[in-house]
Amino acid sequence: MELLQITMLAMAALFGTALVFAREPASQAVGISFYGLVLALMFFVFQAPDVALSQVVIGAVGLPLMVMLTLAGLKRRRE
Amino acid sequence: MRRVSRLTVFFAGELGLAALLTAAALHEPGPTSERDRYRVATTAPSVDLRQVTDAVSAVNFDFRGIDTLGEEFILFVSVSGVLVLLREPEAEERGLIIDAADAGRDMKPTSAMRGWMVGTVGPKVLFGLYIVGHGALSPGGGFQGGVILATAPMIIYLADGFKVFRRIVKFRMVEIAEAAGATAFLVLGLLGILAGREYLTNVLPLGEANTASSGGTVVAISWATGIEVCAGFVLVMYAFLQHVLAKREAAE
Repeated sequence: MELLQITMLAMAALFGTALVFAREPASQAVGISFYGLVLALMFFVFQAPDVALSQVVIGAVGLPLMVMLTLAGLKRRRE
Repeated sequence: MRRVSRLTVFFAGELGLAALLTAAALHEPGPTSERDRYRVATTAPSVDLRQVTDAVSAVNFDFRGIDTLGEEFILFVSVSGVLVLLREPEAEERGLIIDAADAGRDMKPTSAMRGWMVGTVGPKVLFGLYIVGHGALSPGGGFQGGVILATAPMIIYLADGFKVFRRIVKFRMVEIAEAAGATAFLVLGLLGILAGREYLTNVLPLGEANTASSGGTVVAISWATGIEVCAGFVLVMYAFLQHVLAKREAAE
């Protein structure tokens, strides 16, 4: 394994652990967006650009968007 | 169970999993090794048999096209479910009130942010179309490109609010686009049957590898998927925003 690949694996482990310790749903949504980017870079250095693209659009755009919109909807309902 | 014994079980499990994953990673053939049977089985045939230089697109839209059809309809059904759950029958009539609620948004972007956001719309659309259209040549395809295209209206909402968003996104039109994209995939599969072969057989001219017109149905299915995915994401966004803003209006 190359140094870059080991670095990305370590970063994925670090960000994943950090994400577990975020307790607020809104910060979790932002956190998972960054974690999605880290995963995408990891897939990229492991020579899987197609998977990296899917990971960017779903992990960094689609999933956090749905979580944020749901949170906004719930907040309105509570008011 | 006490905390100590729970943690003991947890760490025992974690260490075991870590050991297994490390062992697996050390025996991994690596992306360029000839031992990687999936790579050997897919890369050469996608160029030789289908004139497609992106093996992943060849697998998704051709070799296992029927699975992708199923996946696309998972998305289609999910979007329909969200729309049914979030429908706001009177929201259209209360359009003016929604616009009023929109004007009082919590955070309004500054003109510099607005300019920057609106400026990215053109490149986003172009990049999305490129990713959809070049699915057979380079990494990408309908799914990824579709979501990139859907971020354009999203950024317009962030910059200018729901009123402008609704002016560029006509709900009925996007609904029709989503259904048309899903149907196009089904119909492209039928081309194979019309030619007397199996469903989803690549019967269009394959062209020459590494040119824009290569791949036959791979490119066509990529476009159908791109339209369906983009429209699906925009519809969900539309329904959510309408729901949230109508609720806000009701709360006021």
